[in-house]
Amino acid sequence: MTTTLINTVLLLMMAATAIGIVRSRNLFAVVILGSLYSFLMATIFLVLDAVDVSMTEAAVGAGISTVLLLSTLYLTRSEEAKPIHNPLLPLAVALVTGGLLMYGTLGLPEFGSPDSVIHQHVVPRYLQQGPIETGVPNVVTAILASYRGFDTLGEVTVVFTGGVGVIMLLRRRWRSDRKRSEK
Amino acid sequence: MRGYLVLRVIAKLLIPFILVFGLYVQFHGDFGPGGGFQAGVIVAAAVIFHALIFGLPRTRRVVPEWVVETTVAAGLLLYIGVGIAGMLLGGTFLDYSILLHDPVHGQHRGILLVELGVGITVAGVMLMIFYMFAGRTRTPHSEK
Repeated sequence: MTTTLINTVLLLMMAATAIGIVRSRNLFAVVILGSLYSFLMATIFLVLDAVDVSMTEAAVGAGISTVLLLSTLYLTRSEEAKPIHNPLLPLAVALVTGGLLMYGTLGLPEFGSPDSVIHQHVVPRYLQQGPIETGVPNVVTAILASYRGFDTLGEVTVVFTGGVGVIMLLRRRWRSDRKRSEK
Repeated sequence: MRGYLVLRVIAKLLIPFILVFGLYVQFHGDFGPGGGFQAGVIVAAAVIFHALIFGLPRTRRVVPEWVVETTVAAGLLLYIGVGIAGMLLGGTFLDYSILLHDPVHGQHRGILLVELGVGITVAGVMLMIFYMFAGRTRTPHSEK
């Protein structure tokens, strides 16, 4: 009951933040509201007992990406340009997609239900054997690092590739500078 | 941010605690919530916090760019290295049970090392992206 109340209040605040983001033309305000949105999302993850996800959301979503957006804003103008197109078509697309997604949630199993399909396949084995086989009480860590070690390796490779991509794109001296250093 | 005394004092107080919390999340991740990814972003956030308060040039002196660049690859290499160590000891790739005499202890050791690799790479990439973004300036001549 209390959880439902907290979640409802948080989700309403998130909706208000989202409306604020859409309506504001000042990009600085948009970035700060986006950070606020991430913090609210992190709180919801905390209420849902997903502490790992909550930490990541608070650090990346609210912290680091806000700083990155602010440093980008420093290079550009802080006022959003007026849209040239009529907003009706994007609005219709967003409404239809949102409606379809909500319709899709009706077919999902009940939240946290142990009878749902994804909890039937290998999960019982992980939960029973995981702590015995790996000696790690946190089953999430055991699954991510040991049972699903290949997936996590791929994940780290993706992060690495992303970092290398950013380095290659952004570490570029200005052309006049390069000419000067060549002389 | 030379004039903001309160911010600088608070930052000096907070940054060590953020770093310790990052280490806690890293090495306690097998018992409590957390793990390499979370620890990596927390450590990166601490350094970015330092850069916001004391300025990028001072942070670059504390954590030089070549160190960050090295960590980007070092974590991934550590992860792959653990996998290859398992192969060299006669097991399969990423089989941690071989790493120590007792399979359960081997698993524990492997998970710890692999999570450390994840943390190092994530912290490095996050910091590197920040350095790249924050190092850009509006005009060509004000750079460097």
